[in-house]
Amino acid sequence: MRNILAIVERELRAYFSSPIAYVVLTIFVFLSGIFFRSILAQVMQMALMSQMQAQQLGPRPMDMPGMVSRGFLSTMSVILLFIMPMLTMGLFSEEKKRGTIELLLTAPITDLEVVLGKFFAAGAFYAILLVSTWIPMGVLYLYGSPASAPILTAYLGLLLYGLAIVAIGLFISTLTENQIISAVLSFGTIMVLWLVDVVAQNAEAPASKEVLTYFSILSHLDDFMKGVLSTSHIIFYLSLMMLALFLTYRSIDSLRWRA
Amino acid sequence: MITVENLTKRYAAKTAIDGMTFQVEKGEILGFLGPNGAGKTTTMRIITGFMPATDGSVRVDGFDVFDNPLDVRRRIGYLPENPPLYLEMNVTAYLRFVAKIKGVPKERLESEVSRVMERVSIADVKERIIAKLSKGYKQRVGLAQALLNDPPVLILDEPTIGLDPKQIHEVRQLIKDLAGSHTVVLSTHILPEVEQTCHRVIIIDRGKIVAVDTPSNLRFQLQGAQRISLEVQGPAFEIMSKLKGVPGVVEVRKLEEIDGRHRFQVEGELRKDIRSDLAHVVVQSGWGLYELQSATMSLEDIFLKLTTAEEAGKPESN
Repeated sequence: MRNILAIVERELRAYFSSPIAYVVLTIFVFLSGIFFRSILAQVMQMALMSQMQAQQLGPRPMDMPGMVSRGFLSTMSVILLFIMPMLTMGLFSEEKKRGTIELLLTAPITDLEVVLGKFFAAGAFYAILLVSTWIPMGVLYLYGSPASAPILTAYLGLLLYGLAIVAIGLFISTLTENQIISAVLSFGTIMVLWLVDVVAQNAEAPASKEVLTYFSILSHLDDFMKGVLSTSHIIFYLSLMMLALFLTYRSIDSLRWRA
Repeated sequence: MITVENLTKRYAAKTAIDGMTFQVEKGEILGFLGPNGAGKTTTMRIITGFMPATDGSVRVDGFDVFDNPLDVRRRIGYLPENPPLYLEMNVTAYLRFVAKIKGVPKERLESEVSRVMERVSIADVKERIIAKLSKGYKQRVGLAQALLNDPPVLILDEPTIGLDPKQIHEVRQLIKDLAGSHTVVLSTHILPEVEQTCHRVIIIDRGKIVAVDTPSNLRFQLQGAQRISLEVQGPAFEIMSKLKGVPGVVEVRKLEEIDGRHRFQVEGELRKDIRSDLAHVVVQSGWGLYELQSATMSLEDIFLKLTTAEEAGKPESN
């Protein structure tokens, strides 16, 4: 455990002693502000329209804060998709390039500890990104009173989703010495997992449609966003994460043989 | 302390190490000598557990590298060919990190880090970012890292590379001081380094051990193949043929001519002193003998002789 913590600490230090942490955080906070504002404007317009309709058709209840938070967090999930490869691209590729992998793999620690240390470090940075979305979310709480349950499940969903993506990026960073290639490959893989959704919509056979939808990394977030906790979605993200971590572990092992 | 048996490492296309067997005693400094690509780094990487061997076994302090990797790694301090440094860290933070993953207890962490910094004299740069250090300092930070937690075995891959002469001297002295309480295996292609620091030398070439001995014995062994330089006044051609006729002479080479005096280099057979015979022939023929000098072969010559002899035996080599 102490070894894992030592690696987590070093990775977090590395994030914050290079510009990457600040660039990623700044861009993310900036984008989340812009999207929050535009979603808020959209919802306000919808509210105005429904008020006008209400005069003719009678009043209809509308959960404005809920709509804003749902719209906002769904948009954030897509933005995170683009940002995550930047957090994971260097995790192993830099160690390989600089030769520090030789230090880690000859120190009296297990490969699993190395893998988990890096995973938790990137996961912790991801958590920081999630926390930063509380700047606009705080505004929502300040001026409205959204129902907390769906927001909590949405964050749980985002956390699981993010950790699965971190694990995928971690695995891909073991495959190359080049950070850029690592980032592009991670990005491509995540895009494929995202876009199977689109393919699924056009699929003709219902069975293939169902299978493809299952593999879409974003489709599993919907229920979390609506406030529904379903074990099948939790299991999807956890198993994707475990699979990627297992592949990372194996990849490190094969690195030794090929080195 | 270290037992290597029949160690073999094969890659798809080539064999990097071919059936190496050797032992390193406790407290000994063993030097690995060989041209680039001879398998020095690969051997070290297998001993440290960085990569597994294709065949054969390595035991460190009784623990098998493959079966008990953590027990072995706890006993080894390793300085790879490129010091494994996190360039964005400062020296102290880096050494603290390495100390932690090497299992230095929390309460000893600070004292251990300052101990190794003193040892390789880098305390003056302890707050500096590693990326900003000179090559010599970086190399010493790498060495400091290997010394953390005071492992009984040190594996140093080219420890003095990139250092200036004064630093080289300091590092060699440091290695010598470590001997006795530590077992040291170092690799180098700098020959004087081996002569000055090592108790025993293993010369390897293309993954095989060509010679194992103390530096002085190695020299003695091949000293038999005497090299003698002669300066003689007389007809060059005749001198050459006369000298070749002396029993025990393997080769005669004419070097240069100064004022009618010719300089020859004569190589004799193993362990046969031909000096008096040479003098006798020259004097008897009535030529003037100005100089007769036996030149000891340096380890460099021995090394070349051993590695090129190997090559001659293997004509079909790429």
